[in-house]
Amino acid sequence: MSHPIVPQKTYILVFLCLIGLTILTTGVAFIDLGAFNTVAALVIAFAKMSLVILFFMGVRSSSGLVRIILIAGFFWFALLVAFTMTDYHTRTWTPVPQAWSSGAPPTHP
Amino acid sequence: MTDAESHAEKGMAHQFEDLDQQHDADMLGIWVFLITEIMFFGGVFAAYAIYRWMYFSAFDGGSHILDIRLGAANTIVLLGSSLTMVLSVRAAQTGNRRSTVLFLIATMILGGIFLGVKGYEYHQKFVEHVVPGLDWAPEGKTLALLAPGGVQHAQIYFIFYFAMTGLHAIHMIIGMGLLLWLVLRARKDAFTPHYFAPVEVVGLYWHFVDIVWIFLFPLLYLIGGRY
Repeated sequence: MSHPIVPQKTYILVFLCLIGLTILTTGVAFIDLGAFNTVAALVIAFAKMSLVILFFMGVRSSSGLVRIILIAGFFWFALLVAFTMTDYHTRTWTPVPQAWSSGAPPTHP
Repeated sequence: MTDAESHAEKGMAHQFEDLDQQHDADMLGIWVFLITEIMFFGGVFAAYAIYRWMYFSAFDGGSHILDIRLGAANTIVLLGSSLTMVLSVRAAQTGNRRSTVLFLIATMILGGIFLGVKGYEYHQKFVEHVVPGLDWAPEGKTLALLAPGGVQHAQIYFIFYFAMTGLHAIHMIIGMGLLLWLVLRARKDAFTPHYFAPVEVVGLYWHFVDIVWIFLFPLLYLIGGRY
């Protein structure tokens, strides 16, 4: 078929990398890095996801059509998060007119 | 050769020219489905992002209630099930029926362990009275952990905890059903090195569910830090 047969060794190596990254991300949670704890956790999660997608899900050798669909999906999800967060983060930037204030959304630092 | 004979290759549906074309269509179909799943989970993740930002320290407090060891162990179990899944696809690809079935069963066992641990964790939440809405009365050490971020606000964290892990668990239960179906089909010799798309498609679904957990683990267990 169109998919080449990947040697078993590759899969086991990828699995070991995933285990290593899991141990790493758990370990980092015990070290105080301030805001970078969340950044590190998400970067490691993205690395793990990339390994799973490229090797276990075979995107490394998949068709361009599949890749475009995948990228479109992630792009759309990024839009969802980005626009939602810009909305919530900027709601308090402009003053709320007095008459509206009773129904104003909760303000946060 | 009659038309029926030319299409006699095992597993091929009549509307396709050949198995390669059918395989491309299968892959396209499952990937489009997985994208809708990204959108489905994406809504919950986006909502999580908003509330994590709004009730930052309450989410830290909530994550301190979870057992980080159980979360990490379950992550490794689930990654292991992804390995056995991919090895099962590979065995099907190389026409090794025995290995295909054994690896599928191994995947189900690992999935079962994951769900068992998850069930134990859910049970613990009831023991500690940190079930939002139904049983919210944290006391003692639990209360002390939640207090800095606001005890009532921590309910929001646990709503996300139950909604996200619950959705994930439902996906796993569906996946287990699909794996069982694959085992039964593989035992009947339904797959050949030229036709193993069902194993591959269920595999992709299983890996997707694994990826969701890869993000749930840091977002639910690790965010608060343990220093």
